[in-house]
This record gives sequence, C-alpha cells and structure tokens, in this order.
Amino acid sequence: MLGLNKKDASLLVVVAILVVCAPILLNPFPENSSLAQFNAGYPDLMQRFVIFGIFAIGFNILFGLTGYLSFGHAAFLGAGSYAGMWMMKLLSINVIPAIIFSTVIAGVISLAIGWISLRRSGIYFSILTLAFAQMAFALAASVLTPITGGETGLQTNLNDPRILPEFLGGGSAVDGNIPKPSLFGIEMTASFEIPVAGWLWTFNWGYYICGIMMLIAFYVAIRIFRSPFGLMLKAVKSNQQRMNYTGLNTRPYMLACFVISGMYAGLAGGLMAAMDPQVGAERMQWTASGEVVLMTILGGVGTLIGPVLGAGLIKYFENIFSKINKATLEVWFGVFPDWMSDFFVTIVYPFIGKGWHLTLGLLFMGIVIFLPGGLVEGGQRIRKLFNRKSSDASAKANPAE
Amino acid sequence: MSKTTVSRRGVLKTGAVAGAGLAVPTIFTASSVSAFTNDPTGSSVTLGFNVPQTGPYADEGADELRAYELAVEHLNGGGDGGMMNTFSSKALNGAGILGKKVEYVTGDTQTKPDAARASARSMIEKDGAVMITGGSSSGVAVAVQALCQEAGIIFMAGLTHSNDTTGKDKKANGFRHFFNSYMSGAALAPILADNYGKDRKAYHLTADYNWGYTTEEAVRTSTEAMGWETVAAVKTPLAQTDFSSYVAPVLNSGADVLVLNHYGGNMVNSLTSAVQFGLRAAEANGKNFEIIVPLYSRLMARGAGKNVAGIFGSTNWHWSLENVGGAKYAGTNAFVQSFGQKYGFPPSQAAHTVYCQTLLYADAVQRAGSFNPCAVAEALEGYEFDGLGNGPTLYRAEDHQCFKDVLVVKGKENPDNEFDLLEIVDVTPAAQVTYDASIFGGELGSCNPGA
Amino acid sequence: MDAIVLQILNGLDKGSAYALIALGLTLIFGTLGVVNFAHGALFMLGAFCTVTLSRILTLSHEVVDPTRKDFLGNPLKVDVPYIYDWFGESTGAAIIDWAVPLSILFAIPIMIGIGVLMERGLIKHFYKRPHADQILVTFGLAIVLQEIIKYYFGANQIPAPAPQAFVGSLDFGALVGFEPGAIIYPYWRIVYFCFAMLLVGAVFAFLQFTTFGMVVRAGMADRETVGLLGINIDRRFTVMFGIAAAVAGLAGVMYTPINSPNYHMGMDFLVISFVVVVVGGMGSLPGAVLAGFVLGILESFASMRQVIELLPGVNQVVIYLAAIVILLTRPRGLLGRRGVMED
Repeated sequence: MLGLNKKDASLLVVVAILVVCAPILLNPFPENSSLAQFNAGYPDLMQRFVIFGIFAIGFNILFGLTGYLSFGHAAFLGAGSYAGMWMMKLLSINVIPAIIFSTVIAGVISLAIGWISLRRSGIYFSILTLAFAQMAFALAASVLTPITGGETGLQTNLNDPRILPEFLGGGSAVDGNIPKPSLFGIEMTASFEIPVAGWLWTFNWGYYICGIMMLIAFYVAIRIFRSPFGLMLKAVKSNQQRMNYTGLNTRPYMLACFVISGMYAGLAGGLMAAMDPQVGAERMQWTASGEVVLMTILGGVGTLIGPVLGAGLIKYFENIFSKINKATLEVWFGVFPDWMSDFFVTIVYPFIGKGWHLTLGLLFMGIVIFLPGGLVEGGQRIRKLFNRKSSDASAKANPAE
Repeated sequence: MSKTTVSRRGVLKTGAVAGAGLAVPTIFTASSVSAFTNDPTGSSVTLGFNVPQTGPYADEGADELRAYELAVEHLNGGGDGGMMNTFSSKALNGAGILGKKVEYVTGDTQTKPDAARASARSMIEKDGAVMITGGSSSGVAVAVQALCQEAGIIFMAGLTHSNDTTGKDKKANGFRHFFNSYMSGAALAPILADNYGKDRKAYHLTADYNWGYTTEEAVRTSTEAMGWETVAAVKTPLAQTDFSSYVAPVLNSGADVLVLNHYGGNMVNSLTSAVQFGLRAAEANGKNFEIIVPLYSRLMARGAGKNVAGIFGSTNWHWSLENVGGAKYAGTNAFVQSFGQKYGFPPSQAAHTVYCQTLLYADAVQRAGSFNPCAVAEALEGYEFDGLGNGPTLYRAEDHQCFKDVLVVKGKENPDNEFDLLEIVDVTPAAQVTYDASIFGGELGSCNPGA
Repeated sequence: MDAIVLQILNGLDKGSAYALIALGLTLIFGTLGVVNFAHGALFMLGAFCTVTLSRILTLSHEVVDPTRKDFLGNPLKVDVPYIYDWFGESTGAAIIDWAVPLSILFAIPIMIGIGVLMERGLIKHFYKRPHADQILVTFGLAIVLQEIIKYYFGANQIPAPAPQAFVGSLDFGALVGFEPGAIIYPYWRIVYFCFAMLLVGAVFAFLQFTTFGMVVRAGMADRETVGLLGINIDRRFTVMFGIAAAVAGLAGVMYTPINSPNYHMGMDFLVISFVVVVVGGMGSLPGAVLAGFVLGILESFASMRQVIELLPGVNQVVIYLAAIVILLTRPRGLLGRRGVMED
C-alpha cells in the first residue's frame, strides 16, 4: 500500500486510527469524575501533541538516521512560526499560505545553517547548531523587535493589511475583532462536541488539519527511512569515514537530510502559528531545542513512532500535571479519613502543580535507566512478555514432540 | 475538579438527559447554546488563575496564588471578608458571584508567552473558565490578553508594568489594575528632583526587551523634563547574569546617577554589581552618586539584601501604605490583616493587585447581572471605586487602565525583619500620573463575547 | 585606554567563572566521555552550600521585643542566632559575616560526596551508553536537583554577601599608573579571580605531578591498556568525578557574593559552559581554561557602549559568534585532540 511494506503500512494505519480517534481515546474519564483532570482530549493539547509530533519526527530524521545531534532545531521552528505569522498578517488569515511559507522559509534557513554546521561532526556540530539557534533567539528577542515583536512576541492585529481578496481569507477586521485563522472560512478554533453518557468529545477542525499534516509527515518519514537515501544516511551514522573512503561525498546527502529535517520543524512552527496566532522568541531558545532532543530520546531514537510518543508524553506532563493544585488533591483524597488525606496530600503535593518539573525529571531518569531504548522499547518488552506467555502455554500444550 | 460545573458540563448534562445516555450526535458550537463563551449554567463559576509556578518568577506567582485563594474565600463568604468590607461598592455579598459559588483552576505560565497561552487555553477549553487572570510579566500579559480577546473571555491582568499592555497592545476584553512605566516615570521625576537636584546626569542600563524599552523611555522623558541630562543608555541582554562589564564604565562616563531599568533577577544582579563597584559610596561631578530602580518589588528587594538601602523606586502598593498615608488608603490594613493571619507574612504588591482584580471582576459581574464579557466590560469601563488600598481609583474606559496614586519608595537602611524592606517616601497623586489615552497608539477593538 | 583595561579586568573575572565550570566539565565530559548536563546543577549546589551554611550559622531562637511592632501590630519577635549566645554578639556576628569563605571548608566534603555518589550510583552505568542516553539521564538529574533546591529555598534569589572586609573596591588604576579613580575594581572580584587561578593551578598540579594524576591521564588516553596493566582505573575515575564536582561547587560557593544565588543559576551557566568546553577543544584542560578567558574577555568588550552603538545586539551574540568563527577556523577548537567526541 502506497509503496510501503506490510509492516509499515499497518503502522501507518494504526497511527491514522489513533489520530482520528484521539478526541475519544484521550478523554477516558467521564467529565464529572474527579479523574477528569487527567483527560487530554481538548483542542489545544491535542493540537500540541500532533504539532510537536511533526517536530520530533523531523528531528528524528536527522538524529535517528545520521546520528548528528542538532541542538538548534528550535530556530527552524521559530523561523517557521514567524514566517507563518507574517503571512497571516500580510496576505490572508487563511492558514494555507502560512503553512507553505513557513516550511519554505525554514528550509532556506536550515540550508544556510546546515551548509556551515555540517563542516564539523560530533559535538562540534552540536555546538555550531546551538550557537546559531541561540543567536537567532537573542536577536529575535531584542534588536529584531520590529520584525519579531521582541519578547512580547508577534500577534495578528486589527489593522494588518491582509491584501488577498476576501474569499481567500484577506480583508479587514469585522466589528472591531481580529479575524481568526481559518481555512476557507472554517475557523481553526471551531469544534463540535458530542456528549455520550458521561463523556464529552470535542472534535476540533484545527486539530484534524494538524492531524492530517502529521499523517503526511509520518508517511514521508517512513518513505525516507526505507529509501536508498535513508540507507545512505544510516551508513553515515555507522561509519562516515569508510563512506568517504569509498569515494562517496556524503555532504550533499547530509545537507539534504538537514534541510528536510528543518522543513519539518518549519511546518510544525507554521501550524503552531496557525492554531494559535502568537509567536514568542522563547520558541527559539535552547531549552526548546533541548525539548525536542528529549522527546526523541524519550520515545526511542531512530524508531518511527518513538518521537511522537515522546512528544506526547512531555506535553502531557507540562499541561496536565502543572494544573493539579492542592485543592484538587484534597478532593481526590477526600474519601480518606482526615489524617490520611492530609498525609497523602503532603506526599503528593511536591510532585504536582509548581513541582511538575520534578516529576518530569524523575520520569526522564526512570525511563532512561529502565528502558534504554525509550518508550518504544517499553512497548516491545510488554509485547515480548505476552508473546512469551503464549509461547510458554503452547509449549506446555505440546510436550515433547 | 469534581465539584466544578461549567458551561460545557452543564451542556453535557442536558445532552445526556436528552439522549438518555445514548450517543446523540448533536452538532453545535458554544454560540448556539448561549450568548457567550463558557456561560456558567450550574451552581458554580470557574475562574482561571494563570501564574508563574516555575521559572524565575515562581515566588511572585506563589504569592499571587495565595491572594487568589484568599479572594475566592472572601467571595464565597469565608474568612474575615478582607477588602470586601472596605470596598466602596457593596454589590458583593459573600454568596459567590451572582449566587454561584466561586471555584478556580490554576495553571503555570512558566513566564513564557507560549506556555501561558497553552495553560490559558486549557482553562478555557477544558475547565470552562469564564475569566483568566494572573501573570508576572508583560510579555505573558500581552499574549494571554490577546488570547482572551479571541476566545471571548475577560482577562484581568496581574503584575504587568509595560506601557504596551494597555497601550499599543490593548484589547477590549483585557483590564489592568497595576500601574505602568509611564506612571513610574511621572511619579519618580519630581521626587528625584527634590532629593537629588535638577542638575543631574543619568546613565541608563536597560533590559533589552519591551518592558525595558518603555520604562527607559518613561524615566528618560520625565527626568529630562525636570532638567536632567541623559549621558547614555545601554541595553543589556535579558539573559545576562553578571552585569560587571556594564556597570564598570559608569563611573567614568561623567554620569552621577545610574538608572537600572531591570526587573526580577536582572535587577538584583545589576544592583548587586553596582554596589560592589562602589557606586553608592562614590562621588561624581561633586555630588553623591545615586542609583534608581524605577520598578521595585519587595521580593526583589529581598534578593538584593542590604544593597537596596537608600535606593529610590516606585511601586504599585505597599503593605504599610495605610499606616503612612492615612485613611485615604483604607483597605490596605484590612487586606494585610486578612492575608497575614492566613499566611504569616505581609502580601506583596503582586498579591495585592491580583486580589483587587478578582474582587473588581466579581463586583462588575454582580453589578452587570451577567457573566457576559461585554456586560462585564461595560460595568468596568469608566468605573470609579475606592477602598481597595490605593485610594480613589478610576478604570479608564479608553484603554482599560486603572489610574490611582503611585508610591515612591526607597530601600530601608535598617530593616526590622525580612518583610520590612521598603519605606514609603512619598505618594504621587493620580492626577500627576494621568496621561492621554491615545499617546501609545493601539486599538481597543470591540468586546468579544465569543459567540 | 583605561576603559579597555577595565574591560580586560572584567573579562578575566567573568572568564574565571567560565573557566572553573568548564574545567570541571572537561574533566567529566572531555575525558570520561560523559555528557554531563547536571554540571550546572553542581555549580548551583555549591552556591547553596553557602546558603545552607549561613542558614545553619543563623539558626535562631525568638525573643519578643514589646517595644516594636510587626506588620500585624503584634509585638515584634526578633530572631537571635544561637551563635550569639555561645560566642557573644561580636564574635558571633563576625563568624556569620565570614560565612562565604567558611563555606569553602563546608562545601569541599559535601561536593566530593555528591560527585562520588553521582558517579557510583548513576553515571557509572552510562559510560557505555550512547551520548543521547547520557544527556537524558543527566538532564533529568539536573531538573530533580534544581527542583529539590527550589522546594526548600524558593525561587527567589538569596543574598549571600561577602565579608565586610572585602566590601568596596580597589583603585587598580592608581596602582599601575593611571589617574586615581579611573579603574576601580571590587575586592571580592579580585579574590574570585585569584581563587580561580589557585584552583586551576591545583587541579593541573594534581594531574601533572602526582602518580594518581599520571594514571588518570594515562586512563584518559587509553583506558583499556591501563586496565590491562592491572590498575583499577574505575576507582580513579570516581575520584576524578568527585574532584570535578568539588571544582564546580567551589566555583559556586565563591560566586555567591557576586550574584545572589537562585535555584536556576546552574542552567544559566550550562549552555555557556558547554560552548566554552567545546571551543577550548574536547579533552583539553588548558583549552577549557583558555577558552573561558577568551570568551569572558570578548563578552566584556562587546558590552562596551561604544561597541554596542556600532553593532547593535552584538553583546547578545558575541559568545556564539566567536564560537562559530573559532570552530570553523580551528576544527577541534583551540587546543582540542583528534578523535574525541567527533562521531
């Protein structure tokens, strides 16, 4: 199917089903239950899951295939966001020009940075990319304020030009309100909600547009991984010197890979701007570059689905755990006698709300210590466990042949 | 969260009853059910408290959160009522807002616009919050304000001092109680002239971001109008931690005053460097060298320790205001009592401003008789009130900015304890810090109920 | 001219902080081959050793002073440190005043302990794992350490002033023949520079002139062969890790009067210290120190008013710009060795 082998095709189908059903799957707890706090099926977070999924998939094409650790990928994300934002300000509020332009701009910038940085390998490459990204961040937050909006960031305004005709999303503000990013009139924030028994499912247009983009991105990534080009990149990872001795110039391959990876980041940046029209410079900071590195390692470097899982996990913690507060805990543990409930609240309190970083840090350590291959390896181990059980059972059923 | 009942859940119940538990694919948006976003239909209303809980301003955020909890307690009729007793409007009666019990959700802004918006969106989309408030920096305030405008939610800004929040980035759904850079400059200049004379040469160190720019401009303009001269203004990176290379050249620049347009960690570090380089003890142009910090906060003063002694700055509010300024500032002591009894230390200005904002919002809803953002905005616009600790105050309709007296403070030489770090030098009356609403540009737009 | 001398002084001072952190990082990163993202956190822990010691020294009991009132109008409770009761008020105050230098003694055993514990308990298992795993685990550890400090000490900065004797500045210009007052420099920063030099010298001497150091250097060059000779290189690496942690910690201890410490200070230095190490060249201790000073001085010059007016924003990026230029002209940094962390 689509030029994929059976295993990859089934993986793509599974991912597609997950993306389509996410609004249902991510809301496992009924709305009025006390565990509804853990529901992640609201538009903003679902959009973030798939957008950061795209970002991480792109990063993994570079890191997973070639082993080159870029520590400045956030620069492309930020550049994509700014580019998309300017399209929505200048051309039209329609998200299509924004998404296309953000990908292209990120591609151009990654070509420039990659061309220079790829002269070095290993840690020297990492520091070069880091240096470029930090410069981009520092300048965007200060002297480039006219273009980037500085630390406050860039937003759509009432008096933006939006020069395209109205049916393409151009035109001026209506009733003193800034138009929202849309796709031919469908606003990205528009959703319809379906209540079923105690559950409430929100199906959001913006999310499904991001979801489709992610599926395309995922499909392209599979094709790259399985292509001769991908094989070449893997060869670079295992021994670049030997590649060079065979008389093959690996630089163009590396550069192409770097640019593709940068364009993924730009696409993610453009989608972020389209879903939520605000770009801040901190999107380019080294912590943001570090985050995508962590997402990829957490999920499983070099695996197809790993980075997406890693991205989901980090964003889940950031958005769900930070919102649990003491009052919430008191409700949860309210069923116990007072002294016990106080005890539990005291124990759990440092790990939630303002302590969500602590939980995240422990999670990083726990996963890397116990699951060296990341979340994907965790999945494989669970599968093996089941397989062994069933094979044990079958072994018992058929004693000595 | 099990107790919160919000619009989505209210809707849900109706849906569930109608469908008798069966899947009923009703396709609708919020607009077809009610006239505005997150209309609270149940017996309670949810407010979203979006404060920095991680990152450099986490302590300020924690103090804001304490004040919010106190405000919610008072709105629901608990505690001693705090400033509800001194507030000039008597619409609030301790039975929640419009008879609905006040509940809240909290989130972490991380002092990053992106994270702050994610957190605010989750409050709106998931928890059904009808108002978002909080924050400890202008970048976050501007970003969340724009989001609330788009979503049809009222935004009551927390600590944000840049002119932009109610200037070029003002929004019809956003309101600010805190003062701004312009007011700091206008309030400080005459008092600086009185204390240090009209013939001074100032050297500015400015944090290289929007708040820094507006503050430098405000202080420059107002001191130059008094006859001061600006020798130089140097921008320092926001991420800078060691300011020695910026501070060292000051003494030989011909300046005799150093203005530190820094906040938070920047200010603590630059002030520490300046004192280390002996600027406090130095003489220049035959005068004592002086340092000025336009925006003070007690939490920062604590970080800088003894270095703040004798240094002038401005602040929105201070817990000793009523003791110093008299009954005009009624409410201050009531709030300090109520906060101090509960938490054991006096509230910061951040805590004060967010407490006021919560009360002002609740009062506006009560007076408007509706949670509809447009009705609330109308009730707040041009509203004059008193008894919230700052004296008579006006919520100006043109830019949704509060106008009230501004405090000029200086670091205490011999503080009694770790909270008693600032002493009030003077209070500049509101009339002197009021400006024309159009000078910063920007368009308010029209209120958006989200329908 | 005096402005230039002043910025060189500033650069040396900034550089000594960079050099100290980078030195410890190089010991771990450039020699043991472990990417230690928790190194900034060690620097921060050192600074908080000072905070902890001054907290211990000022442990107090409350005495009610009926003549003064607190903010609620109740009689003021004044904290009186126990140390005043034991040694008398003036001696007690003097001890508290000298908390920062005293912390050096306090921090050395603690930081070595933390370093050894970290290596034995965690890092040891990651020598053979990919760098990616090392990044993840040490970054996780850094976050955890940071959050623990934040939980106990809060997010605000905590002042830790230098002893009264070091407050004020030296008229450096007058000493070397400039006009009096043209170049003044704070005493404590001069102390910091001298301390850094001393510490760097001590580490070099230790590696260069002791048998232990010789074995470690041999182990860095070829770990397997040294192992084959029957030398237990692992234990020595553990000690090296402890020393690296102590160097970072001491850099933090002495830094507290310059900038009041907060839980986040390690992360602020993390990126810059990696840049310093790599610019210096992987696996080279002198390179790390040299790069620290070079970048410190460049940063100081870029922050001069005249330079900023010429090139707006250069003060924001100078370190990264310098890093790029150096890495493009010298493939392995200033003094790097071939083949270390290049794949």
